[in-house]
Amino acid sequence: MTLKAQSTKETENLTDIIDDTFTDDAFAENTIIDSATSQSSSQSLQPLSYRHAFMLVLKRDLTIAMRHKDDIINPLLFFVIVVTLFPLGIGPEAQTLSRIAPGIIWVAALLATLLSLDRLFKSDHHDGSLEQMLLSPHPIFILVLAKIFAHWLITGLPLILIAPLLAVLLHLDEHSYTALLLTLLLGTPVLSLLGAVGVALTVGIKKGGVLLSLLVLPLYIPVLIFATSAIDTAALGLPYSGQLAIIAALFFGSLTLAPFAVGAALKVSTN
Amino acid sequence: MWKWLHPYANPEVSYHFTNKLLPWLSVLAAVFLSIGLVWALLFAPADYQQGHSFRIFYIHVPAASLSMGIYFAMAVAAFSSLVWQLKLADASAAAMAPVGASFTAIALITGAAWGKPMWGTWWIWDARLTSELILLFLYLGVIALHNAFEDKNLAGKAAGILTLVGVINIPIIKYSVDWWNTLHQGSTVSKLGKPSMSLDMLWPFIFCFIGFSLLVGVIICLRFRNEILARNSIRPWVRELVKNNSSQ
Repeated sequence: MTLKAQSTKETENLTDIIDDTFTDDAFAENTIIDSATSQSSSQSLQPLSYRHAFMLVLKRDLTIAMRHKDDIINPLLFFVIVVTLFPLGIGPEAQTLSRIAPGIIWVAALLATLLSLDRLFKSDHHDGSLEQMLLSPHPIFILVLAKIFAHWLITGLPLILIAPLLAVLLHLDEHSYTALLLTLLLGTPVLSLLGAVGVALTVGIKKGGVLLSLLVLPLYIPVLIFATSAIDTAALGLPYSGQLAIIAALFFGSLTLAPFAVGAALKVSTN
Repeated sequence: MWKWLHPYANPEVSYHFTNKLLPWLSVLAAVFLSIGLVWALLFAPADYQQGHSFRIFYIHVPAASLSMGIYFAMAVAAFSSLVWQLKLADASAAAMAPVGASFTAIALITGAAWGKPMWGTWWIWDARLTSELILLFLYLGVIALHNAFEDKNLAGKAAGILTLVGVINIPIIKYSVDWWNTLHQGSTVSKLGKPSMSLDMLWPFIFCFIGFSLLVGVIICLRFRNEILARNSIRPWVRELVKNNSSQ
């Protein structure tokens, strides 16, 4: 596993635990958390650096995701199926499809992200490791950022990789492929960041799923508008750097502000 | 200023203050609204282009601007509740949210009713209409989040965070929608030019606007009072109040 190879470089302490023959998920997850917390408490003289804490949380989340592969695959399947439904509903004319392809791909990406958001904090909330994280001496900002980054790696990145295939199915204009990939690359992290705020607010609620979409989807509108317009502009052969710059601005804005909101919301949700 | 304000952090003091405020606000709202609406609907001159159907403007525009204003007031309340831990600020935000949502809905419905004779269609994906619709979604999200929590204190905090996230997003959404619309369909819709409004149309509008603002104040005061009572129902002063009321 590449993950393990990478982790040997980063932390010796942690890899000892992951490396060996743990087959039981819950046990492995708990020991990782334990080692993370015990490490931070035992090293009171030499506190864990921000980068180190970030990497620990990231690695833990990726390990858990690798052990529940359907969490990665199901949103992707959903993405593909939703996109497949549109030609069936609208009709197979290539011209119509290529006109609405950017909108369809982006709306499907929004919904797929929304579907996958639930797992960002829910299982951690259930087994109590979220409270442990909030109690740890590290700034919540770093831990939350690591979790969101892991979420993006698990859901956003596969989405970007499969998008060109769907673009072919929808007869997207040839000039628009770069624009599609660039907007997805800049836009999907914004979706993860803003979505994390919604999940953090609803994690303590029993039936948070529908509520989550009500909270999060209105916030996604600017990304949708600028991304689809960038792809449309690219299809006309015009420069679309303006739209990209605005999506980048949205990305950096949410990167700096959203983790604070997530931290505050998690404190409310875990009470 | 803090010395003057801090007694109102006490629910009982706030309750009695709202009680005193309420009759004044109601009378003023009734006066302004009756003068403004009668003037606007019966005596103001008809628009040379739009005829009498423009008169819905006197309800539509105050509702639309108040819908935005109430959201910002909610954000201020949410901010002060998060920073200074004022529980009453949460109560006031909870009191404001449904009022704001209804005014947004009024603005949308009157807008549709105005659009039918003017543009020939109930709905058009105009930038202002779209951002008003999104504002309604934001309101409904806040209200839904508020209802989802059992514990009112937690609900207030969570809804407060959402309100603040929303208030950062409102300008971004507004400008992106403006930009989206101008890109897609250009200026097919010409709005009523505000600066060109004549004075005898403007005066009834000012009366209507002040009247509706006072009406919002009255409704919020009523709801705020109820929120205070609901949240403090086990306190002795509330029991005293109920006993006195029932004995009268």
